[in-house]
Amino acid sequence: MSLYVARSPRVAARSLEGEMMIMSGRDSTLFTLNRTATILWQAADGATPLEQIVHQRICTEFEVEPSEALQDAEKLARDLAGHGILQISEEPITRGETK
Amino acid sequence: MSGLLQEMTEKALARNIPLSLQLDLTYRCNERCVHCYLDHEDHGEMTTAEIKDLLDQMAEAGVFVLTLSGGEIFVRKDFFEILEYARLDRQFCVKLKTNALMIREREAARLREIGVESIQISIYSHKPEVHDAITLVPGSLKRSLDAARFLKGQGLRVIFGNVLMVQNLQDYPGVRALAEELGAESTIDPTITPMMDGDRSILSMGIGGDSLRQVFRDKTLVGDVKEFCAVPDPGDASSLSALPCSAGHTACYVSPYGDVFPCVQFPLPTGNVRKQRFIDIWRYSDRMNEVRSIRLKDLTTCRSCVHGGSCTRCPGLAYMEGNMRGPSSQDCEKSFARTGIASANMLAKRSAAPGLVQIQVEPMHTEVQPVRAFA
Repeated sequence: MSLYVARSPRVAARSLEGEMMIMSGRDSTLFTLNRTATILWQAADGATPLEQIVHQRICTEFEVEPSEALQDAEKLARDLAGHGILQISEEPITRGETK
Repeated sequence: MSGLLQEMTEKALARNIPLSLQLDLTYRCNERCVHCYLDHEDHGEMTTAEIKDLLDQMAEAGVFVLTLSGGEIFVRKDFFEILEYARLDRQFCVKLKTNALMIREREAARLREIGVESIQISIYSHKPEVHDAITLVPGSLKRSLDAARFLKGQGLRVIFGNVLMVQNLQDYPGVRALAEELGAESTIDPTITPMMDGDRSILSMGIGGDSLRQVFRDKTLVGDVKEFCAVPDPGDASSLSALPCSAGHTACYVSPYGDVFPCVQFPLPTGNVRKQRFIDIWRYSDRMNEVRSIRLKDLTTCRSCVHGGSCTRCPGLAYMEGNMRGPSSQDCEKSFARTGIASANMLAKRSAAPGLVQIQVEPMHTEVQPVRAFA
């Protein structure tokens, strides 16, 4: 089963030289993402499966086992979704939905 | 400021990133507030395409908090197109400043759908006869309050922005009570800014002296009055190296005509985005860099003032008085009203001979946007 992730349209976000700053639209809580989380966030287009993001963007950047990286990425994605700043679905998420 | 925001602001400062920016979309307005310094004419506002291009540039430069203001933002027919682009395509944290006269249920719902951080509405009194006499629009208080209710009904954050002046000095408790009743927040500010052509006559509407003292001793506003009005510490060497404010450091302002200034209250022209890229103005403008270089120790009078480290001195107001390194008399007055101790500037004026030099102020495109003195 593939997992798809998309940046929530309800947030404000800006990269400060590689470090992502995100404000939740739900309660204006501010988050900053580390480099790995920032890569995941930036690649979360709703169309690319999480597994592919991990293989193409994270494993090429960091020396990690793909299965371990995927497990961590899923945990991170669910954590971000819990804060309302990322959407997760088992189906591709269209731009219309992200808007 | 939250710890994380403070941390990001420090990073932005270290990396020369304009974290917050106010963009005035228009100077046109459907109110005629007696204390406003705008001429309300359209002298060639940026087009929708120009603004979208600017938003692209600002996002690339690292702007995160974008305040859209005016004039009245909703008089632009393309307002929602701009807002949607800023929020959904460029992911700015957007704050709005408006009189809300044009916000009804439909607009409120659309704002919720697009998502804005807050909407600040100008409310000058809880009494229609006072508020409407300031806006010069009959029925304006009712319309603004109706809008506030629509916005709150959508779960949006609403802030009442109140400029204190002689006309409404006694009404701020009423405005604050009204805000509380509606679930809104409120800010008040006693600062009146000179007209854009340098005319300072509207400053006579500002409160001063005893009225200011009364406001600064209202514990519902300032909290611990004793602490707020305490005699300032003399300050140390580190306070002399402190930055005067965020203008030009992590914040700036762009007019509807594309002029870039360090702040909405600091009308020092540093460039125009119709001629240069925003980031080039921000990074390389000689004037912007001059503003950035100024520290308390560089201020002609204030460096020796007892209020130096604790003063709310606005470098923009000082600039409008003729010298960005000089004192801002309005802030001297505030420090005096707060503590009872005259500023170095006030002492110097007392000892000076009559016949002060009238200084020419540069033409500017800007608008009264009160600095939030206390919430």
